[in-house]
Amino acid sequence: MSDAPALVVENLSLAIGPAGLVDGVGFQVAPGEVMAIVGESGCGKSVTAQAIMRLLPDAIRQTGGRILLGGRDISAIPERAMRAVRGQLMSMIFQEPQAALDPLTTVGSQIAEALRQPLGRVRGEVLRMLRDVGISDPERRIDQHPFELSGGMCQRIMIASALISRPAVLIADEPTTALDVTIQAQILDLLRRLAIERQTAVVLITHDMGVVADIADRVAVMYAGRIAEAGPTAEIFAAPRHPYTALLLASIPRLSDVPKSKLAVIEGRVPSPSEYGPGCRFASRCPRADARCAAETPPLRPLGDGRLTACFHAEAMA
Amino acid sequence: MIRHLAGRLGQALVASFGVLTIVFFVMRLSGDPTLLLVPEGATAEQIAALRHALGFDRPLFVQYLSYLADLARLDLGESLVQRSGVAGIVAERIPYTVELAAGALVVALGIGIPAGVAMAVWRGGMVERLLAGFVLTGQSLPTFWSGILLILLFGVHLRWLPTSGADGLSSLVMPAIALGALTMSTFARMTRIAVLDELSRDYVSAARARGLSLGAAVARHVLRNAAIPVVTIAALEVGNLLAGAVIVETVFAWPGIGQLAIQSIAARDFLIVQTVVLFVSVVYIGMNLLADIAYAVIDPRIRLDR
Repeated sequence: MSDAPALVVENLSLAIGPAGLVDGVGFQVAPGEVMAIVGESGCGKSVTAQAIMRLLPDAIRQTGGRILLGGRDISAIPERAMRAVRGQLMSMIFQEPQAALDPLTTVGSQIAEALRQPLGRVRGEVLRMLRDVGISDPERRIDQHPFELSGGMCQRIMIASALISRPAVLIADEPTTALDVTIQAQILDLLRRLAIERQTAVVLITHDMGVVADIADRVAVMYAGRIAEAGPTAEIFAAPRHPYTALLLASIPRLSDVPKSKLAVIEGRVPSPSEYGPGCRFASRCPRADARCAAETPPLRPLGDGRLTACFHAEAMA
Repeated sequence: MIRHLAGRLGQALVASFGVLTIVFFVMRLSGDPTLLLVPEGATAEQIAALRHALGFDRPLFVQYLSYLADLARLDLGESLVQRSGVAGIVAERIPYTVELAAGALVVALGIGIPAGVAMAVWRGGMVERLLAGFVLTGQSLPTFWSGILLILLFGVHLRWLPTSGADGLSSLVMPAIALGALTMSTFARMTRIAVLDELSRDYVSAARARGLSLGAAVARHVLRNAAIPVVTIAALEVGNLLAGAVIVETVFAWPGIGQLAIQSIAARDFLIVQTVVLFVSVVYIGMNLLADIAYAVIDPRIRLDR
């Protein structure tokens, strides 16, 4: 894990109509590093991923911020130039691997698409990549269709198509959510290994703290369109300094829990973008909230141990 | 796959038989053709004699069985009016209707499918609104009226095209447009829905994330996936084309089987009507079988499912 970050997101803001979806989100990822963005559904993590790829749905606009890929701002380059970025410098994998593959096209040709060549010309390279992502019997698999492969294999195919052109950045949007637990672990191990071997910077979008603990070097916890807390995974899991992170970690059921005891939950629900007020967006559900939290937005500030927290009460939680 | 097709063929035979039976009895509800055949002022004995000679005095069910027996020997019978073989009369007309239907299909596919794709890809823009208006027009104009409008404009006022008859390609243009307009609109609407449905799928985002332009993703992936519902509609639309041909052939004096059917219904020339309907239903069923084969060509999931 080195020097210049592969991807820097600065102050990214997204809006749908007048409602802000994502508000000043920023982070950076170094080559070979896995950075997780974790949060509940609706917190803006998936649209953040789409914004980085510049594949936002028509209704959603980027209203501010920069996206630096290898130091170059790609947030305003023309679509034609962006097509040269996608698949080459930056790739993406999706939540449901079988849906992310065209059912009528062989997996080999879909991987070859990332190289912008017909499969016949790059067959050897595709076969090597299939072996690298752990597909057994690649000579047979390369000419098969997605429906002939399992979900886990399809995600390996997606990873192969995303990484074959050696991009600097991989965006993985809930890559294991649709898979069985054992397959999940295999796919995470694969991502981890490939990130290190190929020095790919990985942005992992997930709602699953278990996945974060498994493979992320650093984590950014998002809540209602903002980053609540960010820093090295080990530190944040050991001592969360934002009440939301703390409650999120406390709500993971453990084997040591007393049988039939109540599951820990966070009371209330995530506010929708039209309900965002002036203060901390977590205030209405937060056990530590006071008058200041409701009136003023807590800034994301460094706490000194490489971690950033957006809470007025961070010191009190230490 | 083969077994599936054989099953469909069996169903098709049963369906054809059902169509035949219904047409046989419905035609006979229209009255006794003997009365239209005898000369003015014929005596009751002469009428009865002719009726007996033609076999129309037998019980309906006996007539039906004898028709089926003839059919089983591939004997389609003789026309009551023209006094020559039905097979020859109908066969003479078939190429005209095939030509007309093919022309209409070229209009419908050639305009309808690109229009549908364009409406889906440029959704919500000027292109979609313009095309939607065009498609709605094609869908709303009744064929008999649009046919007459075309004749007035291009045949009478501008004198670009012949007003009627079947004389070379220039005379095919207007009937093909009049007949194809409705089918074109159906194709455009179905293609739009099918393409929109496919565009929302993850594999399109994934292809774009690989660096494909939207146009390339549509060409390489979306069109083939969207083809499956469109093929289904295409097979069904052939039935509509043949039904529409009855009207268009009458408006443009086009000597196809549609015109023949109308003339024969008026003359109560039962066997010709029955044969035309038999032909149409066989074509319709054949098109649906072709669609089944097309699915397998397009979709490996169907092809490889044994």
